[in-house]
Amino acid sequence: MTVTLGHFLSLGAVLFALSIVGIFMNRRNLIVLLMAIELMLLAVNTNFVAFSHYLNDMNGQIFVFFILTVAAAEAAIGLAILVLLFRNKSSINVDELNTLKG
Amino acid sequence: MSQTLSPTVLLAIPLAPLAGALLAGVLGTRLGGNWIGRRTTHSLAILGVLVSFILSAMTLHSVVTEGARFNQTIYQWMTVGTLQMEIGFLVDGLTAMMMCVVTFVSLMVHIYTIGYMHEDEGYNRFFAYISLFTFSMLMLVMSNNLLQLFFGWEAVGLVSYLLIGFWFNKPTAIFANMKAFLVNRVGDFGFILGIGLIAAFTGSLNYTEVFAQTQALVPLTLPGTSWSLLTVICICLFIGAMGKSAQFPLHVWLPDSMEGPTPISALIHAATMVTAGIFMVSRMSPFFELSDTALNLVLVVGAITALFMGFLGIIQNDIKRVVAYSTLSQLGYMTVALGASAYSVALFHLMTHAFFKALLFLGAGSVIMGMHHNQDIRWMGGVRKYMPITWITSLLGSLALIGTPLFSGFYSKDSIIEAVHFSSLPGAGFAHFAVLAGVFVTAFYSFRMYFLVFHGAERYDQNPDSHHADHDGHGHHGSHAPHESPWVVTLPLVLLAIPSVLIGYLTIEPLLFGDFLSDAIYVNADIHQAMRGLTEAFHGPLAMALHALTTLPFVLAVAGVAAAWYMYLVNPALPRAIGAALRPVVVVLENKYYFDWFNENVLARGARLLGTAFWQGGDRRLIDGFLVNGSWKTVAILASWVRRGQSGYLYHYALVMALGLFALLTVSLWHGPLALLLRASMAWLPFFGN
Repeated sequence: MTVTLGHFLSLGAVLFALSIVGIFMNRRNLIVLLMAIELMLLAVNTNFVAFSHYLNDMNGQIFVFFILTVAAAEAAIGLAILVLLFRNKSSINVDELNTLKG
Repeated sequence: MSQTLSPTVLLAIPLAPLAGALLAGVLGTRLGGNWIGRRTTHSLAILGVLVSFILSAMTLHSVVTEGARFNQTIYQWMTVGTLQMEIGFLVDGLTAMMMCVVTFVSLMVHIYTIGYMHEDEGYNRFFAYISLFTFSMLMLVMSNNLLQLFFGWEAVGLVSYLLIGFWFNKPTAIFANMKAFLVNRVGDFGFILGIGLIAAFTGSLNYTEVFAQTQALVPLTLPGTSWSLLTVICICLFIGAMGKSAQFPLHVWLPDSMEGPTPISALIHAATMVTAGIFMVSRMSPFFELSDTALNLVLVVGAITALFMGFLGIIQNDIKRVVAYSTLSQLGYMTVALGASAYSVALFHLMTHAFFKALLFLGAGSVIMGMHHNQDIRWMGGVRKYMPITWITSLLGSLALIGTPLFSGFYSKDSIIEAVHFSSLPGAGFAHFAVLAGVFVTAFYSFRMYFLVFHGAERYDQNPDSHHADHDGHGHHGSHAPHESPWVVTLPLVLLAIPSVLIGYLTIEPLLFGDFLSDAIYVNADIHQAMRGLTEAFHGPLAMALHALTTLPFVLAVAGVAAAWYMYLVNPALPRAIGAALRPVVVVLENKYYFDWFNENVLARGARLLGTAFWQGGDRRLIDGFLVNGSWKTVAILASWVRRGQSGYLYHYALVMALGLFALLTVSLWHGPLALLLRASMAWLPFFGN
């Protein structure tokens, strides 16, 4: 069988759905949450690359580089926050982190 | 117009006292570090006024002998649209006369102050104020436009306020100056409305330009009403005059203004400032002549003031208040003359009154000094032995006031009575009765005061308050016997006594029947025939005095003096018996017809109630309670509801965000404006193709 655009898009959609479920269903570990966010960005990247190839347009792949760069920086900041959070709270349990409210 | 008057000289006339006031006020007080002493301060202030007086006298001389006139703008302040706001001088007979009266009385009062305020700590401040007053009054009378008139008008009001409250540690003085200020605001409100109407309908503030357009205003009415515009303007202007010249019912501030030092009572509240209203109405005669309604109001208000304020003078025991009520009554006479269209007679009385009333006030001040600051005439008596100069001059002043033939007051007052007699306005009958009755009342209260102070038994040891008076700073002499005042006090008395006696005889002919004032005053002689009647009846000042011996006013004056003599020297028990018999009348008089009661309890309390209602209802409930606090409370309640949706869990927020994004995308894909475009562009994709 040939691998069509539809297959790539389906893969992206599955990855995206998995990562969303990862964010919502995850009750225990903040690291898992960060990983789910990364996965979400990868799903988007897959879509970009697929469309780029399909439309013969390099812009999509350039975008992917930007997103990867930003994602790396974001992961670094996210992990730094996480470390600080752990130092302060001695926990990275998501259920205990509910102070983000008025 | 001959240009013999130099603008520089005219400018120097008001500026010399201003310079004196600034030097005295800045260098002589704590403001400038008390840099100059008392002697330098009063020398500077007196020098300024002296320069001003000499230049004014020279101006009057050239106005009289050469017919010199001046009407020119000196400085343009600003232009608003087409309305010019300027500072300029108009010098004609009226201005020149006022300038001389103001500077002469001011000079006398300056000299007198050296003696009277000798022991006061605010000596230099006082000189600064009275020099500033002289400047303001000169700006008022010399103005050639309504704006500068208003400036001078407010400036004299300000100085009056400052001087009534000169002893600012005295609660009564502070109450009195606040009262004067507030009552004058009522008048000034009318005045500025009048000026505003004139500016709105003539497009100018300059007298000459405004007066040129009076005829064009005759058919106009106030927009939206059927009231004659001229009548409204005149009544507004007259309300201003009522405030400044203390006419009924805005008279209430003048008696209380006696809380100030006596020299300013003489200068401001008798001779000059309070006559500003009379001056202004005379200046505005081209307007008033065209409105009989306004003239009638002027006549009636003046008549009420002349008679009823005189009654109050009878029962007063404070020497200054007797003179103050006499001033009110005399201002009423002047106003009556204005109402009868005899403007020149009003100005004539203004001038003679300025001299003899300043004399009476300064005489009263001299007596107060001699009596160690006792002002109650019940505890005086027999002062003539101790204070001969004060006695003689006060007697001359009183004789002038009651209208003794040949004295100055006789000529002006008799002319007023005659003018009212010739007037044909509806209110003239009442006014004629009022001014005639006023002659008896004037004679009675004047000589009641005169006899109680200068004649009879010496009663100053019986004064129950004399021990308190000792603390006024003047009473540490041990003896209670009066003493004659120093020469700086008696010299002004003598210098004022001379014009008080002579000026009427000398000036009645040029002032009333000559052309001295003819270009300053407009009289519609066909309708208002008072001046014509006066002119026909006049056969020289001597003949007028001789004729007067047989007329009613003279009889009334003599009766007044005789009644005062009998009741206060011969049979002192009689006034008490009459007072007991007419108790209700005396109570009404003692309460000054309940005007103060009305003002304090109805107007002041009403205004305070209204203010409280606005404060509590409008400010505290509506603005503070509903708008300010209400809005934050509403936000707080809404926020407390919304807050329940905030769990604090990150994944809740992310879920809502994702769902929201999904919903938005769905809506915009299927229904939004981009939907067609999107569907068209994606129709070929296997996922979206349908």
